[in-house]
Amino acid sequence: MRLTMKRPQGNRDGSAGVGPGVRTLGARLVAFLVAPLLMGGLMAGCADEYPQSSISPHTDFAEIIHSLYVSIFWWSMLILAVVWLLLAWVIVKYRRKSEDEKPRQIRGHLGLEIGWTIGPALIVIAIAIPTVQAVFATQQPVSEDALEVEVVGHQFWWEFHYPEQGVTTANELWLPVDRPVNLRLESNDVIHSFWVPKLGGKRDVNPVPAVREGQDPKYNWLYFTPQETGVFMGQCAEFCGQSHALMAMRVVVESEEGFQDWVDRWFASEGAALPAGAEPDAETELQMPGEEPDVQEDEELQAVDQDEDPMVTLGRETFLNSTCVACHGVEGTSAQGVIGPNLTLFGARSTLGAGIMENNRENLVRWIIDPQGIKAAVAMPGTEYPGGNWPATGLSDGEVEAVAAYLLSLK
Amino acid sequence: MSSVGTQTVEQQHTSHEEDTGLWSWITTVDHKRIAIMYFVTATFFFFVAGAKALAIRVQLMFPEQELITPEVYNQFFTMHGTTMIFLVAMPMAVAFFNYVVPLQIGARDVAFPRLNALSYWVFLFGGLYLNSSFIVGAAPHASWVGYATLTMPEFSPGQNTNFWLIGLSILGIASIAGGVNFITTIINMRAPGMKLMRMPLFTWMTFVTSFLLITAIPVIGVALIYLGFDRLFGTVFFQPAGGGDPVLWQHLFWIFGHPEVYILILPAFGVISDVIPTFSKKPLFGYPIVVYAGLLIGFIGWGVWSHHMFTVGLGPIADSFFVAATMIIAIPTGVKIFNWIATMWGGSLKFTTAMLFSVGLVAVFTVGGLSGIMHASAPVNLQQHDTYFVVAHFHYVIVGGAMMGLWAGLYYWFPKVRGRYLSETLGKWHFWTTMIGFNLTFFPMHFAGIFGMPRRIYTYSAELNVDIYNQLATIGAFIFALSAVIMAWNLVKSWRGGEKAPANPWGAPHLEWSIPSPPHHYNFPAIPTVQSREPLWNDGEREAILAVTMEEPETEPVMPNPSYWPILLAASITLIWALVMTGIWWVIALAILPVIYCVFKWGMEPAFPEGH
Repeated sequence: MRLTMKRPQGNRDGSAGVGPGVRTLGARLVAFLVAPLLMGGLMAGCADEYPQSSISPHTDFAEIIHSLYVSIFWWSMLILAVVWLLLAWVIVKYRRKSEDEKPRQIRGHLGLEIGWTIGPALIVIAIAIPTVQAVFATQQPVSEDALEVEVVGHQFWWEFHYPEQGVTTANELWLPVDRPVNLRLESNDVIHSFWVPKLGGKRDVNPVPAVREGQDPKYNWLYFTPQETGVFMGQCAEFCGQSHALMAMRVVVESEEGFQDWVDRWFASEGAALPAGAEPDAETELQMPGEEPDVQEDEELQAVDQDEDPMVTLGRETFLNSTCVACHGVEGTSAQGVIGPNLTLFGARSTLGAGIMENNRENLVRWIIDPQGIKAAVAMPGTEYPGGNWPATGLSDGEVEAVAAYLLSLK
Repeated sequence: MSSVGTQTVEQQHTSHEEDTGLWSWITTVDHKRIAIMYFVTATFFFFVAGAKALAIRVQLMFPEQELITPEVYNQFFTMHGTTMIFLVAMPMAVAFFNYVVPLQIGARDVAFPRLNALSYWVFLFGGLYLNSSFIVGAAPHASWVGYATLTMPEFSPGQNTNFWLIGLSILGIASIAGGVNFITTIINMRAPGMKLMRMPLFTWMTFVTSFLLITAIPVIGVALIYLGFDRLFGTVFFQPAGGGDPVLWQHLFWIFGHPEVYILILPAFGVISDVIPTFSKKPLFGYPIVVYAGLLIGFIGWGVWSHHMFTVGLGPIADSFFVAATMIIAIPTGVKIFNWIATMWGGSLKFTTAMLFSVGLVAVFTVGGLSGIMHASAPVNLQQHDTYFVVAHFHYVIVGGAMMGLWAGLYYWFPKVRGRYLSETLGKWHFWTTMIGFNLTFFPMHFAGIFGMPRRIYTYSAELNVDIYNQLATIGAFIFALSAVIMAWNLVKSWRGGEKAPANPWGAPHLEWSIPSPPHHYNFPAIPTVQSREPLWNDGEREAILAVTMEEPETEPVMPNPSYWPILLAASITLIWALVMTGIWWVIALAILPVIYCVFKWGMEPAFPEGH
């Protein structure tokens, strides 16, 4: 802890030490030189401690931004060093020694002034040219073959549609590594901003204005190609209301096969009809019976394995007969709500409540009982109070336990 | 108020000063008294908004704290920003415009003294109205930028956002009237020989700022009226479902908002461009360049607004244009920095508190300028926008720039205002606690932002690993708060018991130092003639001027009558706007009657004593 404290402290001393009170020129010089170096070292070296670091690029898009940032950073440090050294020099050298001093009355110097106009202008040009190149490079799709995902921002959670796969999920975006991604951004209510720093810069998620017939609605896009597998943290970056701080997400970048496996499980977890060519996943905890369940007749219960945990069975029954399904959908069941997060594969998610806490039984039970106590203004009813346009769910403690067990079984 | 015969200048002033009852302040049209009221009011709001900042810092000291609810937190940061910008930084600059500009150009008052009083009262009532939202528990909560659609009735029901949009509309009236007043004053009321290119830099920057005020404030006025109609009368300017566009709000807001940044910073640049030469015993290096740089900043400031909107998705062509414009504006700003350093180069530097704040400004503003260059690069901005990196940046610019400049001005001009120095000992404590507290608060925020902490969040996840930066910032904030207390203590103490100051305590070159401290209520017994940029530094010119300005007049110059119509008109203007909250058109229409009555009485009232 003491070490970590020293780094910013050193920088702070550097900036505060500019004032005329510090007497020794040597100390000041050291502070000037060391502060930027520390800052640079800190920024380059220790990024892995910070899961949401903006200087730890893992995509082509983030890479372009980062190299631009590093070059501007060093230009800035150069200018800062020049300004502070000059300032330090005049403070030390020209301090008044006697009230009788009569300095030469110099009113200006054309050559110098032209010099310090052109000098910064050249630096600015050196920054602006790669900037404009990067602006154009990062605002167009990189490939025809990109995976398209429609991102929909809600107060205060994220919805992800995969038109190609026919999959809908929430708060955890799964992507295959090395395949270009085009994210189409749209908001359902207020302006949000999609930001997963390690995958690149943010882009606002705007409500799309209605257009006349024949016109195309204008969407925002983000284009990038994940270069490494892993789990990346992100969160909403545009103030969007009471629980803006609690609108986080995870992006899971998987191998090509891992991603396909996730898609297959999405369809298979509740035993719905599989898409053509897809195989049921052997690792799914829920064993597939031989027969095809009939979704429309609300007969899921008959379709499940007889060895299933009775809590899960009870939970499924409770869930499907509650008002939960007005908002939430689970693929392969009669729950087809689209207002709230889709809960298919819920048990496979690492977090709960839009990335704000670990997804485990205890947290889930708390969440179902008292969502608005955990996250203000969330549009979900609790067991004893209404939420959104819905009355209290009225679930008993036992029923909540069962629903939690059921949801966590969806893997 | 008539002739005073053989009294000395000092005594004459004292006799006038007995007229200090509350009523004399309420009805005053004297620019110097209005300036003091502006300063005191702005300082009061500085403490109000600062207290909110401390609450914010305590809440953020540790991750996942729940000391205050998200709703209250959102009200606090919204009102912290709104108050600091509209009720502290701007009016504090206006306090200096009011006190200093007429004295610097050799005028007896501003062009429209009653309008000047109206500006103050509207500002005061607007500020009180805005803050009264806390009393009814409905303070604005949609951030100081108030982005649609978060401000639409379905997402911000209740009166919170109405308080905000109406409060800002009221304050805009004060700003526009002030701008008109100062432009007219500076164009028309300069002393003989005070050519534009002889004006002190502070007057120059007031001039540029006033143009920004009268051009930028109407833009937010339009935006606020659209917003009011959307909220109260069901129009769809910003409603996407009706074909409106929330991005339109952002354009309007920032077309105002970026010139606003220069409204805040240019007065401070003006202050230190007067202070640094005085304490260097050297004229400002490259005066014309510094003036033109200020003009250029004011002008280009109009073409950079979308650098606040690089994440909005305006497309690469718009982004590139605003990148270029923003980069260009960095050049005149850099030029000013080098000119200030060159002014000190070869000078004889005396580090009074005013000078310390000025040099401190050059040092820390540069940090804010450079982080500004970083997010002027649109792709880099995509990582930094709406993070604590930006919070660090604009506090370096507004506190490290605007506020430090104004504090420099406070120590510089206080002896003129009061005839007493502010304590230099307390002043140095004020400066150093400011430097330490300010930098400790805001420097670590760069790191918090770079490591992924967004702004406007009431709490943050422990996983982000940014606790340490937040803890340093919280400690810094309390040191910074201490510096404000020291400043207030210095003001109170020195107002009564400060060391007596002569007419020109600093050996400064401009006209305001040619008259007694404090000045007569009519400023100049006779108007001096100016022959150069530093009239008091040229021996012959100084003698000629002092012969005029320190002399006792045969008969006192005639000054405008005091008037209570400015305060009444301001009250009725505030009332009509406050009634807009009802959304009932005939109530609003009825409330226009007192406004008309006040305007009529104002118009019929003689501005000067009879016979003049």
